[in-house]
Amino acid sequence: MKFDEIQLRLLDEIASLHEVPEGAYNIRSDSQAIGRRSTEHIVITPKKDVSGIDIEILPGTKNESVHIPVVLTKSGLKEVVYNDFYVGEGADVLIVAGCGIDNCGAADSEHDGVHRFFLKKGAKVRYVEKHYGSGSGKGKRILNPVTEAYLDEGAEMTMEMVQIKGVDDTERKTVASLKAGAKLVVRERLMTHDKQNAISTYEVVLDGEDSSADVVSRSVARDDSFQKFDAKIVGNAPCYGHTECDSIIMDRGRILAVPGLQANHVDAALMHEAAIGKIAGEQLVKLMTLGLTAEEAEEQIINGFLR
Amino acid sequence: MLELKNVSFIVPGDSGGKKEIVKDVSLVVEDGKLVVITGPNGGGKSTLAKLIMGVEKPTSGRIFFNGEDITDLSVTDRAKKGVSFAFQQPVKFKGLKVIDLLRIASGKHLSVGDACVYLSSVGLCARDYIDRELNSSLSGGELKRIEIAEILSRSTKLSIFDEPEAGIDLWSFNNLIKVFEDMRRNVRDGSIIIISHQERILNVADEIVVIGGGRVERKGSKEEILPTLLGSASVSNFCTGAGNKEGV
Ligand SMILES: Nc1ncnc2c1ncn2[C@@H]1O[C@H](COP(=O)(O)OP(=O)(O)OP(=O)(O)O)[C@@H](O)[C@H]1O
Ligand SMILES: [Mg+2]
Repeated sequence: MKFDEIQLRLLDEIASLHEVPEGAYNIRSDSQAIGRRSTEHIVITPKKDVSGIDIEILPGTKNESVHIPVVLTKSGLKEVVYNDFYVGEGADVLIVAGCGIDNCGAADSEHDGVHRFFLKKGAKVRYVEKHYGSGSGKGKRILNPVTEAYLDEGAEMTMEMVQIKGVDDTERKTVASLKAGAKLVVRERLMTHDKQNAISTYEVVLDGEDSSADVVSRSVARDDSFQKFDAKIVGNAPCYGHTECDSIIMDRGRILAVPGLQANHVDAALMHEAAIGKIAGEQLVKLMTLGLTAEEAEEQIINGFLR
Repeated sequence: MLELKNVSFIVPGDSGGKKEIVKDVSLVVEDGKLVVITGPNGGGKSTLAKLIMGVEKPTSGRIFFNGEDITDLSVTDRAKKGVSFAFQQPVKFKGLKVIDLLRIASGKHLSVGDACVYLSSVGLCARDYIDRELNSSLSGGELKRIEIAEILSRSTKLSIFDEPEAGIDLWSFNNLIKVFEDMRRNVRDGSIIIISHQERILNVADEIVVIGGGRVERKGSKEEILPTLLGSASVSNFCTGAGNKEGV
């Protein structure tokens, strides 16, 4: 399999890939699978009815990874892709997804990935997803990911979702439901610029005793961009839920944070925190006393914040 | 050499009046000298330091650094010309790590090893701290020490420390004094201004300046000024109080 220059650049941005990754992978470019590999413990099969793949991770699989990057390099492409992950009991794996769109043309390019995760008892997944857009065309770069996670007893999932540059419109929807002792950790990093729009909605249902969810979003809205962070946690059992939205606004950026907590059990402990504001003046001054210009100081503060 | 000529900082006060925070301060800090500024709380010491760094602009008067009028220069330009300032209350950052700040301060891509040297000299077990975020998870005393390490890594011609001892435990205090003494040796012709209420810091001064009510009340050699301070009740008051000022 050979990558062209744009593919390489996008793959580097979204998955730090410079070549074919180790372990299982499925690389999709402009609606075609350009490479696929299953391993002894991780089996990837294409879906028959719709576009997408089934990824089956056998019970007990440890220290293995699956890469499923997607790149779009042609203007005007629109696709919906369904990927289902079946993670067997006691497995512990890394899943790296991500989508990069390069749009130099006039038509909008759009990738809507629907990812479903079925984690069996005690399974552990670290899921890393990066979104990136580039290209100077008038056509928009649009990403509407849907993520569903179903965690069986004692399963743990960490999601790191990053979108730093170039995606014009994004509407992210994440739903999860957790059984006893299951644990979900979400770390979202988002930066919007120019006239971009980003909406991120979560609905996490804590069904089992001692299940927990920690959903934290750090974001920066600059120029004329808009973000909406809508995080809802429902506690149906003795459980612990925490959501946090920590945002910096710059220029004419706008952010709406909508907290949502619903406790249906007296021992559900749910908490929401939200803070939106511009960069603290004293932080800028401090870095300037170390010799940075105001612009350099701003950049350092934001890079650190979104790390 | 730093020279302040008739520097004042006046802000609009309540009921239309004026509040004179720094009044007509003239001061010279010679190369190679360690000057300690002391005086009562609210006397205008930190404000004076901010005026020197450029964080505040004087409403009148001029500031000269190595013969150049820097009154109209930005904070950044002054920093580049060799002025450093350790804040009384260290600023916190979400996401930025101790190593990041040391790299920014030193202006180069410090190796972890080099960064550790600065942290060790302020008594921090370096490897435990280098990757810590500069946020509220650090204690007041730890933040203070990291702040001092940043200034050390800059090794500029003029370093200003605003109550460096606040929140620092007794054990580290001797080391801190040693840090300042080393700095004097290591930066050629460098001068140091320390704002402090601590007798032991006053003791290592070449000169002492007493600021009260925004004015220079007294200044002179340590030998001249120190006895007058220790004799007065107000000073012994704020000396004993300083140990409890963690994180103020
Ligand atoms: N920009 C400002 N506007 C209004 N008042 C100010 C301003 N800056 C400082 N002040 C006031 O000026 C006075 C002097 O403050 P400053 O922080 O310089 O005192 P200090 O001598 O450093 O005191 P401490 O020993 O407690 O640190 C205080 O009353 C403070 O509230
Ligand atoms: Mg002060």
